[in-house]
Amino acid sequence: MASPRADAPSKIILSESDLHRVVDRIAHQILEKTSGATGTVLLGIPTRGVPLAQRLAARIHAFEGIDVPVGSLDITLYRDDLRLHATRALGKTELPGDGIDGRRVVLVDDVLFSGRTVRAALDALKDEGRPSSVQLAVLVDRGHRELPIRADYVGKNIPTSLDESVRVSLTEIDGLDEVKLTGGDK
Amino acid sequence: MIKHLRSAADLDAPTATLILDTAAEMAALAGREVKKLPTLRGRTVVNLFYEDSTRTRISFEAAAKRLSADVINFSAKGSSVSKGESLKDTALTLQAMGADAVVIRHPASGAPHRLAAWVDGSVVNAGDGTHEHPTQALLDAYTMRSRLGRLDGLRVAIVGDVLHSRVARSNVLLLTTLGAQVTLVGPPTLIPLDVSAALSPSTKVSYDLDSVLPDMDVVMMLRVQTERMQDSYFPSAREYSRRYGLDLARMRKLPEHAIVMHPGPMNRGMEITPEVADSSRSTIVEQVANGVSARMAVLYLLLGGKA
Amino acid sequence: MTSYLLRGVSVLGAPPSDLVLRDGVIAGGATADQVIDAEGLVALPGLVDLHTHLREPGREDAETVETGSRAAALGGYTAVFAMANTSPVADTAGVVEQVWRLGREAGLVDVQPIGAVTVGLAGQQLAELGAMATSAAGVRIFSDDGHCVADPRLMRRALEYVKAFDGIIAQHAEEPRLTEGAQMHEGEVSTRLGLTGWPAVAEEAIIARDVLLAEHVGSRLHVCHVSTAGSVEVLRQAKARGVRVTAEVTPHHLLLTDELAASYDPVYKVNPPLRTASDVHALREALVEGVIDIVATDHAPHAVEDKECEWAYARPGMVGLETALPVVLSVLGERWDLIAERMSRTPARIAGLTGHGTDLSVGSPANLTLVDPSARRVVDPSELASRSRSRNTPYAGTTLPGRIVATFLRGEPTVLDGKAVK
Repeated sequence: MASPRADAPSKIILSESDLHRVVDRIAHQILEKTSGATGTVLLGIPTRGVPLAQRLAARIHAFEGIDVPVGSLDITLYRDDLRLHATRALGKTELPGDGIDGRRVVLVDDVLFSGRTVRAALDALKDEGRPSSVQLAVLVDRGHRELPIRADYVGKNIPTSLDESVRVSLTEIDGLDEVKLTGGDK
Repeated sequence: MIKHLRSAADLDAPTATLILDTAAEMAALAGREVKKLPTLRGRTVVNLFYEDSTRTRISFEAAAKRLSADVINFSAKGSSVSKGESLKDTALTLQAMGADAVVIRHPASGAPHRLAAWVDGSVVNAGDGTHEHPTQALLDAYTMRSRLGRLDGLRVAIVGDVLHSRVARSNVLLLTTLGAQVTLVGPPTLIPLDVSAALSPSTKVSYDLDSVLPDMDVVMMLRVQTERMQDSYFPSAREYSRRYGLDLARMRKLPEHAIVMHPGPMNRGMEITPEVADSSRSTIVEQVANGVSARMAVLYLLLGGKA
Repeated sequence: MTSYLLRGVSVLGAPPSDLVLRDGVIAGGATADQVIDAEGLVALPGLVDLHTHLREPGREDAETVETGSRAAALGGYTAVFAMANTSPVADTAGVVEQVWRLGREAGLVDVQPIGAVTVGLAGQQLAELGAMATSAAGVRIFSDDGHCVADPRLMRRALEYVKAFDGIIAQHAEEPRLTEGAQMHEGEVSTRLGLTGWPAVAEEAIIARDVLLAEHVGSRLHVCHVSTAGSVEVLRQAKARGVRVTAEVTPHHLLLTDELAASYDPVYKVNPPLRTASDVHALREALVEGVIDIVATDHAPHAVEDKECEWAYARPGMVGLETALPVVLSVLGERWDLIAERMSRTPARIAGLTGHGTDLSVGSPANLTLVDPSARRVVDPSELASRSRSRNTPYAGTTLPGRIVATFLRGEPTVLDGKAVK
């Protein structure tokens, strides 16, 4: 993600309360589309996908009293752009105790952009086990796909230009809940 | 990120910690059914071994292969430069083959430094003469951290032939960088005169193993070659093992939680008795497994990004 | 024979004057066939090197008498002493005469062979020292340099035996049992680098023994390439007692330290090894005081493949003839009389070499060199005249003061405008 210039204009896309509403909605949609989240596992993609997955699980528990297993799936070692950047530190991969074989896995990430992260996640998943199906939940879909990938659950669609950047902040990591769009002033 | 790993001194604390953290992730992945990762596909790692060391070579080979790198084993037997090709000519050959990393084991101290001047790729020191063996130090530090939970403030005794030990040099440098307190123990003939000034001022020296043991969290026994006897470094194997060998009676002087390490291969009965080597405090088998994870971490961090 | 008028030259830093070179000597008068504008240049008596490795016969791929002579002339030298560790070893009248004749043929400097003390430098049996002394080469200095005459009885005999023809033994002071496998100075750096150490005491112990032996038998002793502060102390005490001992130091031991080994580049590998900064300090003081009598280069050319390798497999030694004076200038400053004393007069006197190291006064042999002290030069190994395959200089890329502009051997230029005449 290109970091915007410090003086670039920025616009809040989702406020704290918007963000909470959106997470609630995705939690409801998952319950609907997975027949009450049976046989479902939520896997967050580090960094911000992990707390999002945990929040979704917490909301699902709050709504229906169901405990959905949550884990994290680091995709760094599967990226196709490693040689374009300085070496990246690895994130954590922690699968729920019962694993993912025969389960419905919902991958959770903050922003869906080119689709390459999701492709890497699918590759990583294949080496971890054999889920019965895989779905994708994202907080923001900003478009500009480079691969034939779409999300099953989208918090908010944000049309962007390529020189803009979407910044997701989550309390667990950044100290506040907010989604911002910055750059693109030319 | 660093380009080469020639010495443990190439690593500052954040980088060393990053390698250990990465090794932990690699170790977690080692438990899966599919152990292979696509990360270094298309990269070439050459194992250039001028000394026989099947253990280290296999460890590096496994590490590179698990990351999907192409591995070329180049074993240059007969270490004398007068026989056969010079290191520089070999380096130019590897360069032409497009080696992205060269893992070198060599009987001459500093050979990795020379090699790094002649190849574009990364150079990883897999043991050079009596200089260093930095990946051994990394796997040792990883083993200590996973057994004892931390490195900062850890008290570590390294016992034996420090003078000729590349493992000792790398361990002193790395452990000190990571906040551990190292005490070198051995007969004065096998401890270099200026060792604290040379390696790290916080390093202590003792000639009395028994007095050191009660305060240690880790005791690392070094291999002592019996040939040293001919050079009058000590009078006899028997006297050596009486004064500096680790047996059950000595092991009982260690605190309850302390662990016993050995970089292998062991001289059972010389520096360590079989009962100690096979005890639950011994991490010797773990060290081997951790070696692959630590070397995967090193290869990933050297080769996993923009060159 | 062309005569030369050096116009406005400063003899040893004195106010400018004119100097005429005619028929091989310094002449009076104010006219000559050719005038050289020497304004700003300093004239020194031609330098004399008591310690040069010319490698011929045997390793002509590294250096020959001719290429080494050219390097010497370019460095301001008019006489060099060729060490005996050639192949075959210069341990017979035949070999020393061959080297001496090759030097005459090259005609760039006076090449004076040094004879081996023991047959084949093996330290077992005296070489025919008398035959070498009475040969055409007229050998006066004997040395097993590269090896120490370690056997105390043999050393005693050698010291005594050469008294018959006013010879001198130049000892390479290195107790061999203390330096087995040694790669560099023993100290903090060697411990860090995992290279076997060469302890200072291995040099000091031999010097201490040899000054006592020389004192006992009343002979002259010369100590090659002194490298440690401890050796300086041993020499200081011996000289105070009146022992007839002289000593040399190399330019590299006056400037460089063991820290350079950290690169593992064998261009810094030399025997005795580079020592610590405090040793360098003590050597400089001793040179100024006169505890160390002279600077000698230990010019040691090696083929590229003997240096482009692992440190432990590399041969020890550095080339030094062309950089000696600039290094000494950088260490001593423009103390011209002191430089002439340490690099010309005293070495000639130790060797009993007539016609060199004399004052630049009318009637003296016209052996001299002209230096431009204001020039600074970045050392470029590819420009060195030492045989093209030997570029093992530790000063590559270093800026050094002083440029040798011209050298005259018996009134004939060997170097003009900084270039070798032949």
